[in-house]
Amino acid sequence: MAVLECKALTKNYGHTAALDGVDFAIEPGRIVGLLGPNGSGKTTLIKLANGLLTPTGGEILVCGMAPGKETHALVSYLPERTSIPTWMTTTQLLDFYQDFYADFRRDAAEEMLAHLNIPARQHIKQMSKGTREKVQLIVTMSRAAKLYLLDEPIGGVDPATRDYILSTIIGNYDPEAAVVISTHLISDVEKVLDDVIFINQGRVMLQSSVDQIREEKGMSVDELFREVFKC
Amino acid sequence: MKWQFSNDAPIYTQLIEQIKVGIVVGAFPPGERLPSVRDLATEAGVNPNTMQRALAELERDGLVFSQRTAGRFVTEDKTMIEKAKRGLAERHIKTFLAAMLRLGYQPEDIVTLLRQETSEEESANGGSGM
Repeated sequence: MAVLECKALTKNYGHTAALDGVDFAIEPGRIVGLLGPNGSGKTTLIKLANGLLTPTGGEILVCGMAPGKETHALVSYLPERTSIPTWMTTTQLLDFYQDFYADFRRDAAEEMLAHLNIPARQHIKQMSKGTREKVQLIVTMSRAAKLYLLDEPIGGVDPATRDYILSTIIGNYDPEAAVVISTHLISDVEKVLDDVIFINQGRVMLQSSVDQIREEKGMSVDELFREVFKC
Repeated sequence: MKWQFSNDAPIYTQLIEQIKVGIVVGAFPPGERLPSVRDLATEAGVNPNTMQRALAELERDGLVFSQRTAGRFVTEDKTMIEKAKRGLAERHIKTFLAAMLRLGYQPEDIVTLLRQETSEEESANGGSGM
């Protein structure tokens, strides 16, 4: 069964259509890039999958269910902006996640934090922006979820941090789960992805595997994106 | 091992090529166990399914083989590795020849130039030994 499925999904903000008849399905074991220019509907789609927004029309299903209490337990979400409580220490954050999520793998989180030499008693607010993003990614990926929704996980961090984030995503790969990464930094994530979905002005323009694009077009996804979305 | 990818070819074919090079130069020695798919994928910074696909292809060619629970191993067949080496060399030569022909060199000029270049390199290497 598809982990995430959209059927004629539409979302309007007033008279503006943010999503307009979106159809696709993501199977378990896939790492999928949700790619599109700014304002194309990427974040709207992720918020709908999380139940933070409700569809105007059509359907969005997580493991066959409409977003709600059951799907919250299956979805691990990394919002675009760092949202972990900054007054907590690292340990308190782990306690918090453990309380909240039955699928939280505390040992995995502790191992990753130790690997980065992040002290257990340091407060989140004392950390640099890059470190905070790493910590939030670590707790997000430490859940044994069925669907990971990562909204711009590599935006605004240095290249070394970017590499760390991507290798953490690869290192936590689970054939039973799907990962959706929304980004416009395509050249950086391309090698990590199975499939890409191009969206523009709320519509799906292309859904394909990375190697199929490279094989058929003789160019990278990044180059194709630049061609398709040329200003 | 250093992994590098170009934009114009599928990632899995580039992985196949680079693992072959690793086997030929002994970074992955004959008969040795290969790292797990996940570890190789993490090291190369690529999708695990793509790495899996590359390894499956190498397995089909016989350069690596699976042992049910123990993982994947490099072949011990030296002639097979020698053949892979030759295949890689032929690819490099074809690319080189195509570029030289485009520059307008005739095959015999190319051979002469290559002789000069390799003998210069030899004497340069000999000189550095002093």
